[in-house]
Amino acid sequence: MLLSLEGATVRFGGRAVLDAVGLEVAEHEVVSVLGPSGSGKSTLLRAVAGLQPLDAGRVRLDGRDQSGVPAHRREVGLMFQDHQLFPQRDVAGNIAFGPRMRGASRAEQRDRVQELLELVGLPGAGRRSVAALSGGEQQRVALARALAPRPRLMMLDEPLGQLDRSLRERLVVELRELFGRLGTTVLAVTHDQGEAFALADRVVVMRDGRIAQSGTPLEVWQRPADAFVARFLGFDNVVEATVSGQFAATPWGKVPVPEDALQGARTVLVRPSGVRIVAADAGLRCAVAARTFRGTHVAVRLQPEDAPSLEAACALRAAPEAGETVGVEFDAAEVVVLG
Amino acid sequence: MARLALMAGPVAFFAVFFAYPVAAIVARGLEVDGVWRFGRIGDVLAQSDVRHVLWFTTWQALASTALTLLVALPGAYVFARFDFPGKQVLRAVVTVPFVLPTVVVGTAFLALVGRGGLLDELWGVRLDTTVWAILLAHVFFNYAVVVRTVGGLWAQLDPRQEEAARMLGASRARAWRQVTLPALAPAVAAAALMVFLFTFTSFGVVQILGGPAFSTLEVEIYRQTSQVFDLSTAAVLTLIQFAAVVAVLAVHAWTVRRRESALRLVDAATTARRPRGAGQWALLAGVLATVALLVVLPLAVLVQRSLGAPGFGYYRALTEADGGAFLVPPIEAIGNSLQYALAATAIAVVIGALAAAALTRRDAGRFVRGFDALLMLPLGVSAVTVGFGFLIALDEPPLDLRASWILVPLAQALVGVPFVVRTMLPVLRAVDGRLREAAAVLGASPWRVWREVDLPMVRRALLVAAGFAFAVSLGEFGATVFIARPDNPTLPVAVARLLGRPGDMNYGQAMALSTILMLVCAVALVVLERLRTDRSGEF
Repeated sequence: MLLSLEGATVRFGGRAVLDAVGLEVAEHEVVSVLGPSGSGKSTLLRAVAGLQPLDAGRVRLDGRDQSGVPAHRREVGLMFQDHQLFPQRDVAGNIAFGPRMRGASRAEQRDRVQELLELVGLPGAGRRSVAALSGGEQQRVALARALAPRPRLMMLDEPLGQLDRSLRERLVVELRELFGRLGTTVLAVTHDQGEAFALADRVVVMRDGRIAQSGTPLEVWQRPADAFVARFLGFDNVVEATVSGQFAATPWGKVPVPEDALQGARTVLVRPSGVRIVAADAGLRCAVAARTFRGTHVAVRLQPEDAPSLEAACALRAAPEAGETVGVEFDAAEVVVLG
Repeated sequence: MARLALMAGPVAFFAVFFAYPVAAIVARGLEVDGVWRFGRIGDVLAQSDVRHVLWFTTWQALASTALTLLVALPGAYVFARFDFPGKQVLRAVVTVPFVLPTVVVGTAFLALVGRGGLLDELWGVRLDTTVWAILLAHVFFNYAVVVRTVGGLWAQLDPRQEEAARMLGASRARAWRQVTLPALAPAVAAAALMVFLFTFTSFGVVQILGGPAFSTLEVEIYRQTSQVFDLSTAAVLTLIQFAAVVAVLAVHAWTVRRRESALRLVDAATTARRPRGAGQWALLAGVLATVALLVVLPLAVLVQRSLGAPGFGYYRALTEADGGAFLVPPIEAIGNSLQYALAATAIAVVIGALAAAALTRRDAGRFVRGFDALLMLPLGVSAVTVGFGFLIALDEPPLDLRASWILVPLAQALVGVPFVVRTMLPVLRAVDGRLREAAAVLGASPWRVWREVDLPMVRRALLVAAGFAFAVSLGEFGATVFIARPDNPTLPVAVARLLGRPGDMNYGQAMALSTILMLVCAVALVVLERLRTDRSGEF
């Protein structure tokens, strides 16, 4: 394993910000750590970088214990949330900084700067002042600067956090393509699930300093480990239920579940696409509380009489108006019984 | 650990060249045959003339502070919020007095309000027998402290905060009182404390303008040490002054920390605009008139007096040794002063920069913060005591420096260090800690981080700090008067000696020498003004 954390713990004034975290990242793997703010994901990066001492546990790189190794000798790259470009240096000066610290000759520095500027799509920008760069350009320079010393592990802290949406969507594809081509090992943290899923081979969801789930983007999306992960991924149709056989007894009545579902007292998730709207006299009777246009579909909030509200995803034409009364049926293929 | 190593240099410097001499002179005064006579403190305090000095020192400092605030706060507002032609020049002009040697300030006011001064000639008015001469000189000297400390913050306060209050229904006056004043209050308090400190320990000004009637603690310590030779009284007075200064500095440290609390600051260049309406123009005119009367006039009179003899007679006289007050031509004092001040600046910058680097971290512990306050002490501890302490304490191996020229720069560096620290600390603290982390992750060792990240950002502040240290060293009087050798006087010492002798020629030469000193300081300041940014420091 290139990176492994064992029982990594960081406490701020008695509160564990990282609570016995174990995590392994293999060479060439791209891992995204996903979690709400305050879940400890930035602290995780800082601990690996050597900027935050551990209170317990250890960090290994290439199998070697890193305790006592200062940040500047760990040979990992870290791209900061707001880039932290050196304001008094130009673009080339920023990118050449890492190679220079590692004793590269002037010619080597110049070649490396040119190579990286081409790699991130800013050829010839070396003499520009960093203050004159746009947000997207700053992000590219920060990436080039972090890559320049050829770190064995590249870490990204909310890499696209401050950019606008369309730029973010474009850059995340570029990043993924770039890391794949270079074979870079990446550990990125983000609070944006779309970013995490688009970037990573593996997603690690964090909650309160602990790892709540780890898996491929598809696994995490399809089978959230618990109600917290499901809600964090944006699913609101989550209830306590008792599963027996092919059905779960829920506040919404009997909901069909997939054949191999776990039995007994469980948490059940119904994806919005599994909430089918039928005639008012069939299924669960609900009032339409609100409808929100989402581009490809309409999100409809439904309020049953004595149960938590439900979200349904409807085709544009089929969506009922607010105030109507409708019936609801469930689709077993879109129901997940959580662990 | 690295931080402690950085602090070792400054700590050792202050221990050897500050604490030890001061302690030695206190011991010399209070220890008799190995027995400490703390009873002397009570005896001295029981003397009515000592109590009179103490009372005068305190009330004149309070009065000077109040008067300075009254005169300078409108100036702070005008400099912060108004944009007018010549503002940069004017800002430099009002700062000139602050870097002027106290001896020059005293001499300038003597030329204005003293015997044979401008007012005496015109209307027969003399103020040098009243306390007003001292108070006015103190206002003159400290005007820039208030304008810079308060005005600097005021210019960076976001005017939209006040506008937000107006939109919520507050009147203009109410918005100012509820929003701006609370934000300014810590800066006003800090400025007031600085002024109080400077005036409480005032030496040169009172020595020249006070005459026999008015004496501060510092002047009395000088008199007891060098004229009455009553060391135990001097030691007690030093302790009293020390205690008072420590108390003031404790309050100062507290307000500085409060000032660093999160205020929303904006670029000072964006908040000033041209005055509008008769009221604002009148305010601007009033401030300009005050500056003209209070700052420009005394300096102009000083220059005019120095030209009193035909054909630059006083200046030419400076080049002649008369064998009386001086063994050498007074003009040589210029070279001495420049050499001493350069050496003192080098020492102060090295020590101050080390201390500032050590103090940079916001998470600095209590020990480090205590050191922060300690660095300010030389501003308040009797310079006279330090100077005399140097003579007494540094006279035996391994530290036999009595005959060495380095003694004067060392004493002058003591007052320079606080300025260096105060100038550099805010800039260093403003450097985003994550920039340092970014450099570390890219492979920079702690030393290289400092060189590659911190140094480029503070280079300018370092130059400003060096300029202040130079000006302060150049004007240092209290300690230098003891330790400068008779054949190597500095400019302020030479001025004081000339003023101490009768006759128009001596008086005129003092004016001429003061003018030269003023010009040197003004040149240093003009260079500083070109270098400084609005963020660099408190002075």
